[in-house]
Amino acid sequence: MNIQFRENQEAASPLTVKTAIADCDIHPARATRTELYPYLAKRWQHHLEVYGVHAYQGMMEGPPYPKAQPNASRRDAYPPEGGPQGSSLAFMQKQLLDPNNVQLGVLNPLNTGQGIRNHELSAALCSAINDWQIDKWTSKDKRLKASIVVGNEDGLSAAAEIRERAGDKNFVQVLLLSRNVEPLGQRRYWPIYQAAEEADLPVGVHAFGFGGNPITPSGWPSYYIEEMVGHSQCQQSALASLVLEGVFERFPKLKMVMIEAGFGWASSLCWRLDKAWQRLRSEVPHVKRPPSEYIREQVWWTTQPMEDPERREDLFDVIKWIGWDRLLFATDYPHWDYDEPSRVLPAGVSEANREAFYLGNAKKLYGIN
Amino acid sequence: MASLIACGIDCDVHPAVPHLTSLLPFLNDYWRDQVTTRGMVDLVSQSYPQNSPITARPDWRPETGKPGESLEAMQRHVLDPFQLKHAICNPLYGVQMVFSEDMQAAFCRALNDWLAKEWLDRDARLRGSIVIPTQSIEKAVAEIERCAQDKRFVQVLMLVMGDTPLGKRALWPIYEAAERLELPVGIHAGSAYHNPPTAVGWGSYHIEDYVGQAQAFQAQLTSLIVEGVFARYPRLKMVMLESGVSWIASYLWRLHKFWRGVRMETPWVDRAPLEIVRSNIRFSLQPFDAPPEPETLIRLFEHMQSDELVLFSTDYPHWQFDAQDALPEGLSPDLVRKIMIDNPHATYPRLT
Repeated sequence: MNIQFRENQEAASPLTVKTAIADCDIHPARATRTELYPYLAKRWQHHLEVYGVHAYQGMMEGPPYPKAQPNASRRDAYPPEGGPQGSSLAFMQKQLLDPNNVQLGVLNPLNTGQGIRNHELSAALCSAINDWQIDKWTSKDKRLKASIVVGNEDGLSAAAEIRERAGDKNFVQVLLLSRNVEPLGQRRYWPIYQAAEEADLPVGVHAFGFGGNPITPSGWPSYYIEEMVGHSQCQQSALASLVLEGVFERFPKLKMVMIEAGFGWASSLCWRLDKAWQRLRSEVPHVKRPPSEYIREQVWWTTQPMEDPERREDLFDVIKWIGWDRLLFATDYPHWDYDEPSRVLPAGVSEANREAFYLGNAKKLYGIN
Repeated sequence: MASLIACGIDCDVHPAVPHLTSLLPFLNDYWRDQVTTRGMVDLVSQSYPQNSPITARPDWRPETGKPGESLEAMQRHVLDPFQLKHAICNPLYGVQMVFSEDMQAAFCRALNDWLAKEWLDRDARLRGSIVIPTQSIEKAVAEIERCAQDKRFVQVLMLVMGDTPLGKRALWPIYEAAERLELPVGIHAGSAYHNPPTAVGWGSYHIEDYVGQAQAFQAQLTSLIVEGVFARYPRLKMVMLESGVSWIASYLWRLHKFWRGVRMETPWVDRAPLEIVRSNIRFSLQPFDAPPEPETLIRLFEHMQSDELVLFSTDYPHWQFDAQDALPEGLSPDLVRKIMIDNPHATYPRLT
């Protein structure tokens, strides 16, 4: 919901959700460029100063497609004490957590050690960001829970990081991004799934990332909006790969969360996968059941950015097809396309579905009492 | 299944080139020599391996040769039993994979001439699509203009996964020519494999490539809409062929949301994406990728908010349905008439 374009927004709409909610996609930021340095060996501090992160994209700084606003974030989310949006716990509490009665907030740090070409640096940065999440956020506000950020292109070091953090109640999931060097079902990523399953942690796959592949199968598009819309196609291809490589068959207790890529496409992808599987299953004998069954049992979806049909009720057909028990509410704070909790569900949703959507599903999935 | 009606238009059938050598009579001396002295092999795209179950329905698969290479078989399998008025031939021969613009132009020209002689001349119900050498926009436009003189060519054909997104301005002369000559541009499933077939890289399996076609179509629609193709060429129609249909509405909900959010980036997009799709984009029926329950199908068509988007197709000889069940259960007789007759005629001005 593009609240930044709405003038004179009411301070307290009568629809404001006062019951507790979970926000399953919050993006904490660093206040300064060197905020991670205390968690990094001197060698890596020096490396970053001299060479930068050397990502799978051309720009030394910033994204390949300029965002539509600074840091892709709300202009009203700059903390009063300075620093970029999302970098102050006090202001996050004041702007997001307290007024919306967020009982569980899941942190998904971006611009970390993921999507960079030097895998050793990647592992060091991910470990640093995990320490930083505890020090700056989860140890200071018990509502917040961290995600274990892992060096996505090196399955072995990623699995080691997961095992290192397993059992630490500051963390509730492992975080991957959707765009990697290869589709996420490929074997190089399997150690991540094995370690996550052993640790009983869901794997969240957040839209974005860099793997060097153009964001369309026809090459690089021109505009930021194409990248934004394209994240849902990336997510669909990543999920299709996970199913068709047999990841869910091999790791039956693995749970995955599709984060910030929409969910409107979920049922269509399931139907298409099932139809193609009926014809072509001899190519993938390791996929023993219709693809939609694995997805129904092992995949969850965060809600933001919720698709926006002209007739809101159309979206509820799709939710019914996916299952009300599979959606996890998320705002994407502090990003510009933030979904406002009080406005995403219209009247007419049952109390049980509303509770599951806003809070119950997330608490159950992430093991929060 | 909903009942078929006579005089329908099948917007997607695939005559197969038996072998690269079948094109030799349509190549000049230089290219005939290139093909033979270099020992060039048949251009079969990975998108449709000849023996893959999806490439031919079991009862449409010949004992020898490629599925779709015989006119008599096509007549027996679809033209006659479906009582078609016309069928639009979309050859999927692998000429798009060629990198050299000269070689590609020679092969496209030969392919189009082969289609006219071996198919269009032999059955008056058949219509053709012009395959174009996209490695050179200039040569592509020249080929459109050359073939368009034959009124039996009713559309221009491109693949959904090529070298660049389809909205890119460099391609616009193709769209200018197509609009001017009353030729819709058909975008068919398949890749030139000049880019990884998914936006997250190369998958392991043929099934992954096939499922991924739908994501490729989504990305292309975004490109076509936000680059402003239809603001510039408002009469241009584009037809998504073998794209699937169940993703259309939810995809547009997402595009609409972001367009509202960042439309300052592409201010020339002066209409909502759904409106642009309603006026300029059509989709072929098969593969119909929705579940068999009629109530779901009815909701999906409701979500599209239009009964003009879908055009009848069998996708012959690909295996998308069995027997005569090309129309899914739950379509009203009015909608069947729109899909089989009215919508194709409204889309293809050259069909009479």
